[in-house]
Amino acid sequence: MKKLKPTTRSNIFTYGALLIIFTVVYILNNGGVISNNISGLLIPICAYVCMSISLNLTVGILGELSLGHAGFMSVGAFSGVIAASALRNVTDNGTLQLIAAIAIGAVFAAIAGAIVGVPVLRLNGDYLAIVTLAFGEIIKNLLNNFYIGVDNSGLHFSMKDTASLNMDKGTVIVNGPMGAVGIPKVSTLIVGFILILICYAATANITNSRTGRAIKAIRDNRIAVESVGISVAKYKLMTFVTSAAMAGMAGALYALNYTTITPKKFDFNTSILILVFVVLGGIGNVRGGMIAATVLVVLPELLRAVKDYRMLMYAVVLILVMIFTNNRKARGLIIDPAKKLFGKLIPKRGKGGDANG
Amino acid sequence: MALLKVSDIHVSYGSIRAIKGISFEVNEGEIVTLIGANGAGKSTTLNTVSGLLRPTEGTIEFDGKVINNLPAHKLIPLGIVLCPEGRRVFSHMTVEENLDMGGYTKSKQENKDSLEMVYEYFPRLKERRSQSAGTLSGGEQQMLAMGRALMSRPRLMMLDEPSMGLAPILVDQIFDIIKTLHKNGSTILLVEQNASAALKIADRAYVLETGHITKSGTGQELAQSDDIRKAYLGG
Ligand SMILES: Nc1ncnc2c1ncn2[C@@H]1O[C@H](COP(=O)(O)OP(=O)(O)OP(=O)(O)O)[C@@H](O)[C@H]1O
Ligand SMILES: [Mg+2]
Repeated sequence: MKKLKPTTRSNIFTYGALLIIFTVVYILNNGGVISNNISGLLIPICAYVCMSISLNLTVGILGELSLGHAGFMSVGAFSGVIAASALRNVTDNGTLQLIAAIAIGAVFAAIAGAIVGVPVLRLNGDYLAIVTLAFGEIIKNLLNNFYIGVDNSGLHFSMKDTASLNMDKGTVIVNGPMGAVGIPKVSTLIVGFILILICYAATANITNSRTGRAIKAIRDNRIAVESVGISVAKYKLMTFVTSAAMAGMAGALYALNYTTITPKKFDFNTSILILVFVVLGGIGNVRGGMIAATVLVVLPELLRAVKDYRMLMYAVVLILVMIFTNNRKARGLIIDPAKKLFGKLIPKRGKGGDANG
Repeated sequence: MALLKVSDIHVSYGSIRAIKGISFEVNEGEIVTLIGANGAGKSTTLNTVSGLLRPTEGTIEFDGKVINNLPAHKLIPLGIVLCPEGRRVFSHMTVEENLDMGGYTKSKQENKDSLEMVYEYFPRLKERRSQSAGTLSGGEQQMLAMGRALMSRPRLMMLDEPSMGLAPILVDQIFDIIKTLHKNGSTILLVEQNASAALKIADRAYVLETGHITKSGTGQELAQSDDIRKAYLGG
């Protein structure tokens, strides 16, 4: 048998692990074993895992900082909601609405990514952080002033109030600061799972290709990259737009899991939360980021028991995780014995260059 | 007609004027060297020719075509390659992956042939093909940087201080390889601190001093000139 490359091996392992986790979670959830609180979090977890993958593409692989990733999520969420609501007049099939919403969300977020990326990614330096920070705020404030409705003659838009939509017995979809209302709740766990797989596969594909190796090299050796004939600006833009598109898909999935959603949901705090997933999971470590996203979304729910001390505990857990992932000695105490125990199960890491970084 | 023709270019870093109007030519099949003290503007010149920097004035022509408006990555397909100062290898990649990056704009088949050629020039690299480039010795990294540049099958290869920081025996090796490349028909623009070695192998040479070309001639002429001996050859 042909020997598999270590990166391929480790990817196959990840897909296998993901499929097993999905199946188990799905069965447990359908069997009613998972508590209502946690069950309600499953789709948001899927969305945040995708956000973590998306931001890792920008931060970990491209080496650029994005402080407004929730902005792309927001663009995806609202454009997705509008698409799904508009489609309600055409089809009753929820899954179809969801898929269309995710696709539209991806397209609009990608366009936003291109608008931000084209001027900024030509420059050397940390300009992307500043511009994305502003972008997140701008999107939030812009959406606070959007009024969108749909009736038989199509979509209506205003920046004043719902009355000026001039609709004929239509329904309001986006109502300014109140956000999107009457959203079709069509998100499903299965589509969430598939979205994670798509995001992971796309990222693994990018990181393991020759292009991906070039992208990673941009960070520490831009001159060498340029001198072998690679357009740095082009590949940076391509990666960033892909990252934004993923965020848009995650946003659509997230929004269509609720009946209403406000622009404020996707503020600076959310952007930072997503960044925390990435940092905690290990910058550039896609799988670590996915785990961190899951843990940090579930954690506040689990800590509900300690009521008043909830946020305090949350902080303590964050600090502990940091210590354990960054301190060799502390790691040796827990992780190494665990590795020995499961040594045969865990595939050896590739020599860098895999999605594991 | 000259393969590379640089006419009166000026290059600045913000308000710092690094190159103040220099002109030179490289003909097909020649080794031309630019020598000069630290900070004279040698690297700046090569980086400008390779599109990493833009001249504020003047033109650069390659094969009769003006290229000073093209971005760096468009020059590789034309046949200009820069082997940058300080052995900028991709340290997280293996030797072979580095070489593969060098052939980024070429087809798989072409790269297979180029790889053979590079390994012929640098047998050492073949031995270490799956070693991570960051763990190579300085000399090996220089070989790798040159090998990577060769992978693009350049018509003009620009080398920025290939002997920097190498032991004398390795310097000789690198210069031998440059001579072999030359014999096999490559055109080379060489920047060196090691003026004596560079003048020995060069067909023609230019002396750069704080952004101006102050002298030019054949390698031999300059090697024998008194001023040059005093300033660059140690007596
Ligand atoms: N990025 C930069 N920003 C500002 N000034 C620069 C920059 N790079 C080079 N310079 C200045 O331009 C001048 C020429 O530099 P250059 O690197 O071309 O010299 P060099 O001849 O290659 O020297 P060396 O032999 O030491 O490599 C120097 O005065 C240097 O300080
Ligand atoms: Mg220099």
